Amino acid sequence: MLLYESVSKRFGPILALDSVTLTCASHRTTALLGPSGCGKSTLLRLAVGLLWPDSGAVSIDDERVDERNIIEWRRRIGYVIQEGGLFPHLDVRANVTLAAQYLHWDAARIEQRYRELRELVKLPSSASRRLPEELSGGQRQRVSLMRALMLDPQILLLDEPLGALDPMIRRDLQQDLVELFTRLGRTVVLVTHDIAEAGLFADSLVLLRGGRIVQQGSLADLLDSPAAPFVRDFVEAQRGAREVLAARGATQS
Amino acid sequence: MRTLAIAALSTAALLAGPAAQPAADAPVVVGSKAFTESVILGEIIKQTLERSGVPAVHRRELGGTRVLFDALRHGQIDVYAEYTGTLYQELLRPAQDQAARTAQLNSLGVQIAVALGFSDTYVLGTRDSFAAGTALSSISQLRTRPQVRLGFSNEFMNRADGWPALKRYYRLPQSNVRGLDHQLAYRAVLSGDLDVTDFYSTDPEITRYRLRVLADDQHFFPDYDAVLLTRAALTARARAVLARLAGRISTAQMSRMNAAVTLDGRSETEVAHAFVDRLFGERTVASRSSRVAEIAEFTGEHLLLSGASLAAAVLLGLPLGIIAARRQRFGRLVLGVAGIVQTVPSLALLVFMIPLLGIGFTPAAVALFLYSLLPIIRNTCTGLLDIPRPLNESAIALGLDSWARLRLIELPLATRPVLAGIKTAAVINIGTATLGALIGAGGYGQPILTGIRLNDVGMILEGAVPAALLALLVQWSFDGIERWLLPRANRSS
Repeated sequence: MLLYESVSKRFGPILALDSVTLTCASHRTTALLGPSGCGKSTLLRLAVGLLWPDSGAVSIDDERVDERNIIEWRRRIGYVIQEGGLFPHLDVRANVTLAAQYLHWDAARIEQRYRELRELVKLPSSASRRLPEELSGGQRQRVSLMRALMLDPQILLLDEPLGALDPMIRRDLQQDLVELFTRLGRTVVLVTHDIAEAGLFADSLVLLRGGRIVQQGSLADLLDSPAAPFVRDFVEAQRGAREVLAARGATQS
Repeated sequence: MRTLAIAALSTAALLAGPAAQPAADAPVVVGSKAFTESVILGEIIKQTLERSGVPAVHRRELGGTRVLFDALRHGQIDVYAEYTGTLYQELLRPAQDQAARTAQLNSLGVQIAVALGFSDTYVLGTRDSFAAGTALSSISQLRTRPQVRLGFSNEFMNRADGWPALKRYYRLPQSNVRGLDHQLAYRAVLSGDLDVTDFYSTDPEITRYRLRVLADDQHFFPDYDAVLLTRAALTARARAVLARLAGRISTAQMSRMNAAVTLDGRSETEVAHAFVDRLFGERTVASRSSRVAEIAEFTGEHLLLSGASLAAAVLLGLPLGIIAARRQRFGRLVLGVAGIVQTVPSLALLVFMIPLLGIGFTPAAVALFLYSLLPIIRNTCTGLLDIPRPLNESAIALGLDSWARLRLIELPLATRPVLAGIKTAAVINIGTATLGALIGAGGYGQPILTGIRLNDVGMILEGAVPAALLALLVQWSFDGIERWLLPRANRSS
């Protein structure tokens, strides 16, 4: 469980988070939604210690994330960013296994884990020796996901993982990710500005605006009982959300 | 290897410092100034010592008077040939009596050991035919011959103790006196356009063109007697050997030896060898080092100088660059200081080193080290700072500690700029190292310096061409290293 308690964060004159309290449930996918600058990425960056809150606290499973234990925590958190953040000087295998190599896992264990992950994200084995620049955008995100999962983290944080992909590739990867999250059963926190995508992945959607949570609930809650006019505006600006809801309803029933 | 050993030995000797007493079997270090006569004398001193079984090394063409005298005072050389006029008027407090001079020399740990016998002073001279035809033999005779045409080197025209003082002293009537270049002046005298000009008494042209020197019959010119200055700490044995040179070199003989080098193109070593043969009344075969061996030696010295200073700069520059990238305020300070060092002209930096570190390998290497720092620090720092933020953050988020991030991610990503910085430093270093010869560090600068002195283009090229080739070679090897080190990815980026 990832817990934010009255977390505030200011960047110069801008209050990015204004006393946010939020619980991301264990073994569930939570989607953080909202327009650019609403504070959704800042929440992820606080969880992995790329930023520290001005006030309030972040804790994981009742243990507070602070500077003393952050390196340990990072190894239990997988973090994926929009462009993948793959190291251009390392090939796919080296990118994925870097942290395990650094922790001196034995070679057989590394190889086994690598193979598992490659199958999990459906990456062809021929890609293993390629450099990131030799991969397609979709493959890069798959590799990035493998790297995040290498140490078998409790929590997976994804910051607009599909944001830079074209629609076809994006749809394929969306489907694969939904399957994957279900199979893993991990705590996942995903940042997106696409409400349809959020609904596809997550049981709990958190809509933010100007550093505050406007509404938290299921996709149906947001669509059917918006807590503020802004929620309706945000939903209506993105067509397709209802179709997703309908599709999910169809598959689940 | 031999060069390396010698360089290491002399470095060790220099590092041992001024206070160190010479070990019993340490070679006597002979110095010479950067002009032909001084180099010949240095070679004569060295060979005389060696012929008597006293080991000696000759650090040739160290620079000017100041450099030599300071090196002697600080024990970096043991002996060199100086002129009494220079000593009394430039090096010691002026206008003191002989007892005071001796006292001052003693306090500096320096002694006048031996008078060589000749004097290298200003003289007036004319062509042989003119002297014979007009029975002109002394300066005072000019007083009654206003029609004699005078022309002097520009320096002599302008010196306070030059023509204006001479004219007053001898009450000379000539007023239409031309100032011109030294070389032109004696050509004009030979061709008959001028009758009398100034020379140094040991100028090679005097013997070669049979010029007649006018006697300074009223003793206007101060004595520039050649003497050997030694450290007071020089061994009695070496002192006894050097005493053999007392009074053995006449002015004409010195002039002939100068002519043999500057006009006939013989080496100082050869000319000195012939002299020492006569001194010892024996004939021996001069050991002439071949050109190839010479160039090999310069190459060894140059490589050692550049290699050592560059290696030290890399060892210090990389960590400084890394710290500068992590701590911005420290970075600005370091880059500022290194930038200031870089703006000091290389010649000036070398000269600044002399009072601190003396002459030879160490000060030159330190100066080159300082010069090599900036490109390395700057490129390391900017290379690290230019790494895209998402990559840095990905590395942090993976749970790598700061050292692992540096080793596994940041330095590999900054390889290109870091290598480029080292390459720049290396090329600058190799070029600048040619100036090291000015303070006795040897290398390719040595033949360049000698070539300039002797106006010998071939010799200049002997230093300049290998230095340029070495710089190119280093550049190519760095390109090779870069191709080898960098994976496919960020080579093109």
